[in-house]
Amino acid sequence: MVSTNKERSLVVIELNGGNDALNTLVPFNNGLYYDNRPGIGISPEEVLPLDGEYGFNPNMAAVKGLWDRGELAVIHGIGYPQPNRSHFRSRDIWYTAEPESIGTQGWLGAAIRDLDGRGENVLTGVNFGRGLPRALVCKGVPVASVGNLETYGLLPDIADENVRLQALDALGRMYGPAGGRDIVAQALSENGSQALLGADILRTAPERYESSIEYADTPIARSLKSAAQVMSAGLGTRILYAQHGSFDTHSNELQSHAKLWQDVSAAIGDFTADLKEQQLWQDTLVLVWSEFGRRVHDNGTGCDHGSGGVALVLGGAVQGGQFGQYPSLREADLSEGDLAYTTDFRSTYATILDRWLGLDPDPIVHGQFEQFDFIGR
Amino acid sequence: MQDTQDTKVELIAHLLRRAGFGASRAELAAATARGYEATVEELLNPQEEQRLSDYLVRRFHPELSGMMGPQAPGENWLYRMATTTAPLPEKMTLFWHGIFATGYNKVIHGKALSDQTRMFRRYALGSFRTLLLELSKDPAMIIWLDNQDNHKGAINENFGRELLELFSMGVGNYTETDIKECARAFTGWSIANRQYMELRSQRDSDWPYGRISWHFEFHPEDHDDGEKVFLGERGNFNGDDIVEIICKQPATARFIARHLYSFFVADEPPVPEWPYTPPADPQAIATLVQAYFDHDYSIGAMLRTLFNADFFKSPAARYTKVKSPVELVAGVLRLTGEFDRPRYEILERHSQASYMGQILNNPPSVEGWHQGTDWLDSGTLVERINFASQQIGDTDKPGIRAMLDRIGAELGAAKATSPERLVDACLEEVGALSVEEDTRRVLVNFSAGGQVEKGAAAARQHIADLLRMVAATQEFQRA
Repeated sequence: MVSTNKERSLVVIELNGGNDALNTLVPFNNGLYYDNRPGIGISPEEVLPLDGEYGFNPNMAAVKGLWDRGELAVIHGIGYPQPNRSHFRSRDIWYTAEPESIGTQGWLGAAIRDLDGRGENVLTGVNFGRGLPRALVCKGVPVASVGNLETYGLLPDIADENVRLQALDALGRMYGPAGGRDIVAQALSENGSQALLGADILRTAPERYESSIEYADTPIARSLKSAAQVMSAGLGTRILYAQHGSFDTHSNELQSHAKLWQDVSAAIGDFTADLKEQQLWQDTLVLVWSEFGRRVHDNGTGCDHGSGGVALVLGGAVQGGQFGQYPSLREADLSEGDLAYTTDFRSTYATILDRWLGLDPDPIVHGQFEQFDFIGR
Repeated sequence: MQDTQDTKVELIAHLLRRAGFGASRAELAAATARGYEATVEELLNPQEEQRLSDYLVRRFHPELSGMMGPQAPGENWLYRMATTTAPLPEKMTLFWHGIFATGYNKVIHGKALSDQTRMFRRYALGSFRTLLLELSKDPAMIIWLDNQDNHKGAINENFGRELLELFSMGVGNYTETDIKECARAFTGWSIANRQYMELRSQRDSDWPYGRISWHFEFHPEDHDDGEKVFLGERGNFNGDDIVEIICKQPATARFIARHLYSFFVADEPPVPEWPYTPPADPQAIATLVQAYFDHDYSIGAMLRTLFNADFFKSPAARYTKVKSPVELVAGVLRLTGEFDRPRYEILERHSQASYMGQILNNPPSVEGWHQGTDWLDSGTLVERINFASQQIGDTDKPGIRAMLDRIGAELGAAKATSPERLVDACLEEVGALSVEEDTRRVLVNFSAGGQVEKGAAAARQHIADLLRMVAATQEFQRA
């Protein structure tokens, strides 16, 4: 394995809405799967097999390519005790790593705080999308939320370039170093100038970026391209976040789930190729997760909210393989009709925090959890 | 400070920023003509609102119906804030939501949260006793703090504890035994059809149709009717008695007074620090406490005292607060006049507040939101400045068009237009905004530097650009 001196970064892709684990990693040798999925089962001929038991959804060609190269870890049966089938609550649990109480601190926000202890870099964490997911929220930790990297910044809607320059100049004066009138003025000035600075730096990222990779024209591909641009600009960004959805396939799953994975898989493929070209692949870890899996028995054309799911971890330094245990489909083993979780999501978080980012995972995930070997010690 | 016409406008603008969501120039002119004290009375006793009934909103704008998913109750509420002719009850509803912070992530029932908002609106200015009692019977609150699991012989303390710690008295004024006795008194305070509702809640997705409204139900067979000792009093207390005992505690009066002071006058530290940090203005708190006891725990009476007090009216109290995201968005929407009726666009405007870090009915915890500078980080500030400036600079908005018409007509009649006069006209249009001298200088420079092209259209665009810069000032972010 090539070792480099570059700083490692973590890219998190959230599949929101509840990705159907059974149709992501199909147990194509298991009659129970076909018994339970008369409406939306995927036949053994169609799947992209990992081994004699499990196969990827046919729309995950690029992901399968990573598997074949040994750069993909599949985490089976990921979840937490007493599953909650509400999108909002379950997402919150994953965001804060606190299944038992209402948490306030995002696990990635805490990681950013620990990575940049003195808060020197306003771009240690960057979110692609509007509004900050609670995963990135931590008191006193600035995170830039970037809707569109090309137009990111203040007053992006002023069309006249001259007027915009004058307006930004005025803004720079209004939010310049505070005269220290009061605590509010200090906060406004400090954050205002940080925002202007962050915007100035981020805006340079697309200019400095060169790549032969043509990304697909989908929202997730655009987000990952922006991530690659920020990463290649060497701005010290360590945590990057993107989302795609909605995976809430209550109906018409065969068509919608196929399209969702085509988009995500292709975007991951483009991103991977790009990072290799940028020589960042060895220093990048990608986590793909969803708030829960879906009901084992289909409802005709889709399936409802479930519990145990599947997560993917990929990257140049990943030791590929299957981790955790694929949940049993036997009726007696189900939890209220859902796959019972077999691995706690906090094990995956702890592995990443400890072995990839070199942070103390215990305070962030609120306890000690067994780690996986998808990253070497 | 002299009581000239100008300072009077500034004082009333301050009142309407704090007691409401800011005021347009026309509203300010009307309030100034009425006078300060009469305006306070109007805020406390608003005339009945002229507005579309909830039934019609639900029928023609189902996206704003409380029965829809997680956002709809907040979208409906934001629409009310942006259009109401009775801003104080709406502001107080927001105040109570911040204290009795209940969240969708656990309740998972939009209608129950909508009903809670309506309850706050109705009792916001009345007796604190009534409000606490209604709160204890509120189905969303019951689920939020697990009181349906609070049984005779097997108490769940969650509601009992927060009732004392976060909703009325504050840490340090009661014992752990008081909490247990309080919880015992609230056993059997549950919701109707509980098992069925819980099942629906857990098994269902967020899709709301087919849900039934939740209702409070008292289960006498599950109520512990035994003797309790609570805050030194002894009796076979039920929840009503507990509320009565809580309301007469000086600690309760101080706690509510400090919350009102923090929300309306100047930020106090977050609640967990209160036992260790005395109030910034103990005399003000004492005045409010007196009003509470003199008027049978009336919140409205406390507010009348507050708004008429020098500690509120003083120039030193102005612009000391950071607008919460919802206050900022509602205030901007009142100026743009976009929502003369419900429109689908309110969904996007509501999302804007979430980009700034506040989602109605989704507080970060049972403690509610931390106020003041905690709203500000580099990410949220970008959203705040961009939103305000984009909306106020949008010449398609009816409210902004009217501003441009007025400024154009007045300055046109005056013949000579200086950058200074233009800046002052724009500041007046967004609600008599007072700015620091250095901010005004930047605005005057911006005004003087623009508009190279001649003609009426360019002049109008230039004023619109200036309006957007006024909305981008630090002062506009404050209340």
